[in-house]
Amino acid sequence: MSKITFAIGGVHPDDAKLARGCAIEVLPLPQTMYVSMAQHLGAPAKPIVAVGDKVKTGQVIAEPGGFISAFVHSPASGTVKSIAPRKDLAGNYMTHIEIAVEGDEWVEGVDMSDTLVIGIPEDRQLILDRIKACGVVGLGGATFPTHVKLNPAPGSKAECLILNGAECEPYLTSDFRIMLERTKEIVVGAAIMQKVLGGCRTVIGIEENKPEAIAAMRKAVSELPYNIEVISLKKKYPQGGEKQLIQAVMHREVGSGGLPISVGAVVQNVATSLAVYEAVQKNKPLITNTLTITGNCLPVEKQHNYLFRIGMPLSYIAEYAGGVPEGAGKIISGGPMMGRAIANLDAATVKGSSSLLYLTAESTKRGQESLCIRCGRCADACPMGLEPFLLNRLYKAGDVAALEENAAQDCIECGCCLYSCPAYIPLLDNVRQAKGMALGAIRARAAAKK
Amino acid sequence: MAYIVSPNPHIHAAVSTKRLMLDVIIALCPAAIVSFLYYGLGEIAIMAFSIASCVVLEWAITKYMLKKSSTTGDLSAIVTGMLLAMNLPPTCPLWVVFIGAVVSIAVAKMTFGGIGQNIFNPAITGRVFLLVSFPTFMTDWTVPAGFISNVDAFSGATLLGQVPILGALEADKLVSLQTFFHNIGGSAGEISAVALLAGWVYLLVRKVIKPWITLSIFATIAVIAGIFHMVDPAQYTGILFNLLTGGVILGACFMATDYVTSPMSTWGGVVFGVGIGFIVMMIRYFGSYPEGMSFAILLMNMAVPLINMKFHQRKFGRK
Amino acid sequence: MNSIVIWTIVILAGLGLVLAVVLFIIAESFKVEEDPRIEQIEKALPGANCGGCGYAGCHAFADTAVKAADLSAHFCPVGGNEVMKKVSAILGYAVVEKAPQVAVVRCNGTCAARPKVNVYDGVQSCRVKAALYSGDTLCAFGCLGCGDCVSACEFGALSMDPETGLPVVDESKCVACGKCVKACPKGLIELRAKGPRGMRVYVDCRNQDKGPAARKACANACIGCGICVKTCTHDAIVLENNIAYIDYSKCKLCRECEAMCPTGAIHGVNFPKELDREGIKARVAARKKEVSNE
Repeated sequence: MSKITFAIGGVHPDDAKLARGCAIEVLPLPQTMYVSMAQHLGAPAKPIVAVGDKVKTGQVIAEPGGFISAFVHSPASGTVKSIAPRKDLAGNYMTHIEIAVEGDEWVEGVDMSDTLVIGIPEDRQLILDRIKACGVVGLGGATFPTHVKLNPAPGSKAECLILNGAECEPYLTSDFRIMLERTKEIVVGAAIMQKVLGGCRTVIGIEENKPEAIAAMRKAVSELPYNIEVISLKKKYPQGGEKQLIQAVMHREVGSGGLPISVGAVVQNVATSLAVYEAVQKNKPLITNTLTITGNCLPVEKQHNYLFRIGMPLSYIAEYAGGVPEGAGKIISGGPMMGRAIANLDAATVKGSSSLLYLTAESTKRGQESLCIRCGRCADACPMGLEPFLLNRLYKAGDVAALEENAAQDCIECGCCLYSCPAYIPLLDNVRQAKGMALGAIRARAAAKK
Repeated sequence: MAYIVSPNPHIHAAVSTKRLMLDVIIALCPAAIVSFLYYGLGEIAIMAFSIASCVVLEWAITKYMLKKSSTTGDLSAIVTGMLLAMNLPPTCPLWVVFIGAVVSIAVAKMTFGGIGQNIFNPAITGRVFLLVSFPTFMTDWTVPAGFISNVDAFSGATLLGQVPILGALEADKLVSLQTFFHNIGGSAGEISAVALLAGWVYLLVRKVIKPWITLSIFATIAVIAGIFHMVDPAQYTGILFNLLTGGVILGACFMATDYVTSPMSTWGGVVFGVGIGFIVMMIRYFGSYPEGMSFAILLMNMAVPLINMKFHQRKFGRK
Repeated sequence: MNSIVIWTIVILAGLGLVLAVVLFIIAESFKVEEDPRIEQIEKALPGANCGGCGYAGCHAFADTAVKAADLSAHFCPVGGNEVMKKVSAILGYAVVEKAPQVAVVRCNGTCAARPKVNVYDGVQSCRVKAALYSGDTLCAFGCLGCGDCVSACEFGALSMDPETGLPVVDESKCVACGKCVKACPKGLIELRAKGPRGMRVYVDCRNQDKGPAARKACANACIGCGICVKTCTHDAIVLENNIAYIDYSKCKLCRECEAMCPTGAIHGVNFPKELDREGIKARVAARKKEVSNE
């Protein structure tokens, strides 16, 4: 048993990796796709096509709307039918480019072969430019533009690149499958990022409940000419949290409000590494990702891992997989701990989509809230060492100064507090608001200083 | 089909207040059963009456006085009832038990707002109230006939009560391996250290409580008793005597570890435990009462808000 | 026995006297010199400390009012013009009268008119719910129904109607402090002029969807058809983002828009007579004919 893990808090939900045995299948193209302009952290992208334009697969259809933003590419060839607000999975409006799919004719210059390209370009700037041009963003959940993350501010130096293969969320198996099926590509992607960061130590961290992935990755690393380690991590949620993973691997703690680079760390998801490989070695833009269809009301034979084109409606994927199962009470995009409940299944997939998770109403409905018994389980579970019961109380009292003093702004919204509360108090619901209040106060002060 | 939408997380550890209380009840059962065996039907009656009184009182207060939905479903009133019965002598009249239940539930628990809001451990508050109000009933250590005949049973005083009579040296000799299994005389629940510790281990295995409070109480008592006993064995009883007699094990395992009235953080818990250990030894060595576990816990209950203010979890990325 | 009682009384009374003197001395020696008008103004104010004026409380209002050059930035919505007259008199400034206002909830998406499409299972707070998603109906602009406005109101003027699932303003209690306006994450509540004898006309919807989408989401929605804009002869209605808005300073309460609205999204309240829908429609049609004939 591996002992490598983070030091504070954490919980142990049943990992329920039901779809682990399902090989990745390629989804056929639907008739219409909707490409969102807000698929990444930062400013929304700006469309550069007009209604009626013909587009090819992989063609740039929107450019970055700011420094922290990303290019967006067409997921298929066809005609731009509309550029209009459309509801995302939460029911809020965002500009989408609607594409009437006519075929799959790719733009020039993309290497469509399956051959593994090992030789890495020498020019660091060329690599970064390709990553940027291909619209690569972090696929671990935060969708932070990768070229920005790989280009730390002058003065800070990367000492360790950590590849996040923890996949600590229950049910999700997309990262597991690509680690099995695209092992060498991921390793080459890691080596590319290692080179960009100046040849620092590079570690692939995988939770020990995925022994096949660990074995495959170790084999691939030994066969390829790079200096990369594979580490087996203890199974504990939220192992895949950036700060937690850095602590587990490097024994360093990122300070409050700090970035990983402040302790010399850069964390990238394994799926991002694959996207980096395809961007740099194959010149292939990020228009596909892997998604798991799973849940506790879906028989295993109906569970799938799909390679989807970014922009396919969730409802299309659900229908293709056999429809929403009978017993589903809640549909979640992402894992059961941090995923988002879907209010609008017609919403389009985005770069960060990783699952369609069907949970029965009984397993996901919240219990009746009762009084706090001060058991302290939330504080024990919090991986940031916060005291959610206290933050909950301070939030209700509206005491922003005390919230800041008790580090509400450090919350990573992992859900461990609410997961472990025996009184079913909606701790995270309130602490998330408290975090917003504390961050607002900090930002207001910073702005006033300027 | 209308699906559920809620903020994350979407799953739960499936631990409820009720389940935690049920675990405490299960953990108390071994000691309760041993007390039934040695003290007979009377003790069963006290236990049943105490539980019934606590549950009915809580139900009636929430329903008719607070006009809120009933909280008796969380089983915490049953835990209070069991602990109260286990803290009374096996000969205690039922009307005294009832007064104890009133003080525990109505005064110590519900006036503060019910579960989670009280400052003092309800069962101990009830016991201490009875101890100072009805000292004759509360220190009548006559042993009633039980299901297991007990030849060396004695009446009149507990082991702790023997200290001023026999002196520390003789009293120390009364503690043997047998004391570890059954310790006749004293409150009903204190009878078997083994049964209590078995329940405590169950709670640890089920991760209902953490061991630090209990261990720090034991350690503090052992250190203080060790030092004093080494200095003057004729005056001060020894480590084993102080750990195994009186309410130390019952208090340290089940009363001091009460969620509501103990500190939240690990180090706060240690401070709390050390405080209890210190106070109990001071009362035993220098006080006028032979036993001080209840007083020690009550006094430290008062300090909990202060301890909680001072001791916090270690925060990530902050020194 | 008697002497004990007497001594007890004497000692306690003496103690009280001594402490009173000490307190008086301390109070006097630490007294902060303050503009006496501040206290006068504070006395004139209602003392609700609601913050409706935009200052931290009644004292802050008085404190800043004394230092201000005029009363343009100071208006107590709770006390209204009556109180402001007194404050103006104390400071010797010109009286700035304002039309009395009232909070208006601009959503009529009742449970019956606006079908629920999902079940919300989080904490009952509009703020949390709005941060999570657009709400449990197809309308992304309407009332979330968790009652943040109700808990924000310090005057008990708001309550949730269990039948419609919408908040109701008690006009007799509303002081237009604006707390509910800030509390509503959807920006549904507006402070509008109370109007003569409480009569006012407003668009009871904020849905910016196009017609069909708005209609699908809610039977009572404004569909942005613009009939009201064309009908209004006072130039009081603007249509922006598929939603009509009536400028209360221009509205002459003719109720023509209300009668012409195809979805009933425009509401007139506190009118003594019931709306003569057919009569107004005939009148508007006749006027249109006249215009086209010219």
